[in-house]
Amino acid sequence: MSPLLYVAQRGTAGILAVAVAVHLGTILYAVRGGLTAGEILGRTQGNLAFLVFYGVFVVAAAIHAPIGLRSILREWTPWRGRSLDGAMLAVAALLVVLGLRAALAVYVA
Amino acid sequence: MSVSVPVPAPADPTVEAVPGATLRVRIRRDGGFQAFTVARRPAQTILDVVTEIQREQDPTLAYRFACRVGMCGSCAMTVNGRPRWTCRTRVAAVAEDDGLTLEPLRNLPVVKDLAVGMEPFFEKWTAAHGAFEPGDAPPADFAAVAPDSPARRAVDAGIECINCGVCYAACDVVAWNPDYLGPAALNRAWTLVNDVRDRGQAARLEAVSGDAGCQSCHTHMSCTEHCPKALAPTFAIAGLKRATARSALKRLSARHFRRSA
Ligand code: SF4
Ligand code: SF4
Ligand code: FES
Repeated sequence: MSPLLYVAQRGTAGILAVAVAVHLGTILYAVRGGLTAGEILGRTQGNLAFLVFYGVFVVAAAIHAPIGLRSILREWTPWRGRSLDGAMLAVAALLVVLGLRAALAVYVA
Repeated sequence: MSVSVPVPAPADPTVEAVPGATLRVRIRRDGGFQAFTVARRPAQTILDVVTEIQREQDPTLAYRFACRVGMCGSCAMTVNGRPRWTCRTRVAAVAEDDGLTLEPLRNLPVVKDLAVGMEPFFEKWTAAHGAFEPGDAPPADFAAVAPDSPARRAVDAGIECINCGVCYAACDVVAWNPDYLGPAALNRAWTLVNDVRDRGQAARLEAVSGDAGCQSCHTHMSCTEHCPKALAPTFAIAGLKRATARSALKRLSARHFRRSA
């Protein structure tokens, strides 16, 4: 792992720590009052703060996860080199696309 | 006038030995284990046991030692599953049910019996730029280094390494990733990063970065737990992670400014 990947992974870990806590807290809070899916969507729809929060969350996860996955694969398999780095970029892209698509879907729903 | 009289030390359980007691020793050789029986003696060390076996029972047993006082770093072995310096490890402190299992150090090629080849260890020491780099022009004067400056303290914390390889054998990341420079070489590099006289810092920070370098350390502290000199390579490596990150960010912003200027 290069020093810049290291910084990226540490930085996104900090963002994720906060984001996961807020995410879980919100879920617990939302279901506690017995909100239905429809009521939840009613609150997220058109809510820009919601979109920005989950956008940051998704991008942080998409940076963080492939860097860690790359280290794990290097330690547990003989996979090395450009094909590994390319595959990790693909994982990052997949996470961004799927994650942003989901956030956007809830935003415009 | 009061004169202090030396008080006899209380019986030390690691020094005493029950007369007539014996020790069952298993030594890994040629892919299997060979069993020996050795008499227990007062203040007996693991190295004493191996030497007694080699002198009295089997002269073909290969092992390595030199100083016998914890200075040269050549006597390390795996004792009951843990890497240790054997000249300063008492039998009484580590024997389990009067039994000892001795194996060569992990993560290094076995030369014969308990002797391992240290070449990979020292090659990585070199690869981590573990030698002082004076630069092309010698400075006109001595460098003034305050003994209590943070840099000097960081050097002091890691400088007493005896190259025993115990930390290297204890590190799982070395086992998983044979390229990983390992705790001793990185600890050495950190002492030099804090040497204000050294002129090779950029190249050194480069050398200790990457998939073989400090960023691969899992901070699981096995090296620090086992180092017989009570050094803490884990913290030295954490220092390297900070220093390499700082220099990489600095380089990145310098490039950015150059482009936007
Ligand atoms: S702290 Fe790092 S260098 Fe030390 S044993 Fe663990 S992984 Fe190896
Ligand atoms: S850091 Fe400690 S365990 Fe590692 S080689 Fe040096 S003295 Fe031995
Ligand atoms: S023989 Fe020198 S350190 Fe053990």
